[in-house]
Amino acid sequence: MAARKRTPPLVEMTVNGEAVTVDRAPMVRLLDVLREDLHLTGTKEGCGEGECGACTVLLDGEPVCSCLVPLAQARGREVVTIEGVPADHPLKRAFVEEGGAQCGMCTPGMIMAALSLPARPSLDAVRAGLAGNLCRCTGYEAIYRAVQKAASERIGGAE
Amino acid sequence: MGVVGLSVPRVDGPAKVGGMACYVDDLVFPGMLHARTVRTSVPRGRLSGIRLDFDPAGFTVVDWRDIPGRNCTLHLTDDQPCLVQEDIRHVAEPVLLLAHEDRDTLWSACVQLMEERGEPVLDPAAASHDHAHVLISDGDVERGLRASDLVVEGEYRTGAQEHVYIEPNGIVAVPEANGGVTIHGSLQCPYYVHHALVNLLGLPGELVRVVPSENGGGFGGKEDYPSVIAGHAALLALKAKRPVKLVYDRAEDMLATTKRHPSVVRHRTGVMKDGRLVAMVIDVVLDGGAYVTLSPVVLSRACLHAQGAYRCPNVRINGRAAMTNTPPNGAFRGFGAPQTQFAMEVHMDRIAEALAMDPAKLRLRNVLRAGDRTATGQVLSDSTAEIVLREAMKRSGWRRKRVAWKGTNRGIGLALFRHGAGFTGSGEVRLASRCTLTTTERGVRIRVANTEIGQGTCTALSQIVADALDVPMDEVTFSVPDTADVPNSGPTVASRTVMVVGGILERAATAMREQLGTLSPAEHFARHGETNVTREHEPPPGLHWDDQTYRGDAYGTYGWGCDVAEVEYDPVTYAARAVKLTAVQEFGRPVNPVLARGQIEGGSAQGVGWALIEEVVMKDGAMTNAQLTNYAIPTTLDMPRVETVMVENPYPHGPFGAKGLGELPMNGPGPAIVNALRHVGLDLRQLPATPERVMEAARGRA
Repeated sequence: MAARKRTPPLVEMTVNGEAVTVDRAPMVRLLDVLREDLHLTGTKEGCGEGECGACTVLLDGEPVCSCLVPLAQARGREVVTIEGVPADHPLKRAFVEEGGAQCGMCTPGMIMAALSLPARPSLDAVRAGLAGNLCRCTGYEAIYRAVQKAASERIGGAE
Repeated sequence: MGVVGLSVPRVDGPAKVGGMACYVDDLVFPGMLHARTVRTSVPRGRLSGIRLDFDPAGFTVVDWRDIPGRNCTLHLTDDQPCLVQEDIRHVAEPVLLLAHEDRDTLWSACVQLMEERGEPVLDPAAASHDHAHVLISDGDVERGLRASDLVVEGEYRTGAQEHVYIEPNGIVAVPEANGGVTIHGSLQCPYYVHHALVNLLGLPGELVRVVPSENGGGFGGKEDYPSVIAGHAALLALKAKRPVKLVYDRAEDMLATTKRHPSVVRHRTGVMKDGRLVAMVIDVVLDGGAYVTLSPVVLSRACLHAQGAYRCPNVRINGRAAMTNTPPNGAFRGFGAPQTQFAMEVHMDRIAEALAMDPAKLRLRNVLRAGDRTATGQVLSDSTAEIVLREAMKRSGWRRKRVAWKGTNRGIGLALFRHGAGFTGSGEVRLASRCTLTTTERGVRIRVANTEIGQGTCTALSQIVADALDVPMDEVTFSVPDTADVPNSGPTVASRTVMVVGGILERAATAMREQLGTLSPAEHFARHGETNVTREHEPPPGLHWDDQTYRGDAYGTYGWGCDVAEVEYDPVTYAARAVKLTAVQEFGRPVNPVLARGQIEGGSAQGVGWALIEEVVMKDGAMTNAQLTNYAIPTTLDMPRVETVMVENPYPHGPFGAKGLGELPMNGPGPAIVNALRHVGLDLRQLPATPERVMEAARGRA
């Protein structure tokens, strides 16, 4: 029997803790859904080919380039974007204080990647963990300082 | 109180880390169309026809006949058409513009260009036409060469470099009811765009409004090219009578927009056995690409920095910017100075080698000091060249490592350099920048045309105004540099924003303080309403420059720097890796140390990329690696650790002692890294030092 023309199924997922339903084709990029359907424009597009990391979000807690994730893969999963990170999060504060953000275009993705680092990351761990996120402004040194400052604050606050 | 000199957190920081900062691609207007540019595919030739193989319903189509004013993107000159009429001069030259409300439909439209191929000029050395010439002559070089103990010659080459701002170029044009147009976009210089659009659209100035959106990185790449995109978006918007968004993807941005000028610099230097430089003959060739754009001023700065940080009684610098059939090369941090100082600094190490002298000792013998004259006859009122050199040697452990690492696969090299702050020669006088301060109910707002592009404009200028007006920082706001609101304080280029614009603002704030008496700006506003104070640029006293003879004070002042690079060479893979960079830089006084350090670290990173991995591969006049997959910029794993040292030397004519800083750090890493490879025994004279080039050099390894 010939396949009947069907409208694509709605995609349900959790974004920043809220259940959302999206009516878009399954191969649409998660990046476009976030930016255009959900108006979460904090997630940035820098290259569209998974090289720059500006579009990094957390998918079930793992950092991914949302330009490489088709919407269908997000079905039933949990997405966190920069808007889902509290404004007073130590990483956000430290990026401002240490100069980890300059033009700001890589910053949301960089912070999302930094959220996945170990709690007390060594410099080598920071470098390895952020190697998929390009920054053209800072030369990364200020980002290392910000990440390490935030880590020491978080641990200081928790203990 | 006082906030200048403190690391006040950047005022645009919270919006940026929160994802709330609004960049051009984040903008949406009701009824907005998406747009696309159809481009040439041959480097030279004739356009004989255009065929539209799609259903035109719902499309807006623009070609050169739709231009109401003049078909050119006006900048220094008018040679660059906005849209090709017939003559094709480079690959990716814009021909036709399409807009449609649905992006997929837009990109599925098929357009065929009928292009008749001509013979391109791709080698600048073989070019028959030049965009510009520069000649700087001082003393008698022929006599100087004859009197020398030794003459050392060499040729040095650098490649094109792509800016790779993380935000690609983009513009949104909105048609207005009065027949005018408003431009929102990622750009450095709102009044440059305004100037180009008035000419292109044939509109009176008041009907063109340019409102920069948040800028995701510029580095010179958004100095002149946004005028092209804004022109295209405006033509579509005025024809469609709807807002039009024209945002490039990464591949188009890399293929079509400007790059750092490739260079070939030849040196012939006469030197005495004790290391004294007696004569320098320097020939500079820059590859300008197909249109003039900014090449004359890039060439000018390149030539004015070609003698590096050294005094020499007999100098001749001959420069040309050649016309070739590639997309125009343009502004990129350093603006010609990194290219010529790469040549000078690598050449200095070759002179040291020829004299069997330590490269640092050779430099100390010749370094420009206060009271010395440059090749244009400028007598330096101050110079910290020797101080930064000695500090860099000390910090890096230069002497010990230079001896200990000899004959190993580790190397250490240095580069000494300077950078003139602000526009060249009489440029700042011609710009006649104006800045305004306006009282508000909450304090004072800064009205300037300078853009925040990540470097910290809005924070640093607010700090200067706060202190000069003697008010707390939170009473100062920085206005969007909207051409409908701000005076023309000049472009955001040339390391001029803090020093020149900040200087004008300092005077405006001082004048406003006198006017307010003992009142705060808000109190004054409450009693007397809005008060404006405008001040114009005043050059430091005693500066003279002659454009015709290239004699005089090329810049009001210079920043000075010395970089020491430590590298590791892998003889199996031929990879050269930078492991440490000591960057010692003097730029007057930092207005905000965290921001200043960010400029040094970030500029150094771009220098490291240019030195080792960033290679624009051109084939038949087009960039063949126009993707981030195969045009790599440094990641966290490519970057050496950078130790930054800021040497203070307050500049009496800068605000609170500040000089320009942004470009200075770009000048050092290239030559420092190549000189470190020379220490390893690898004779490289070209950037980038990719494994392929290192392999070539390894064949002759000493």
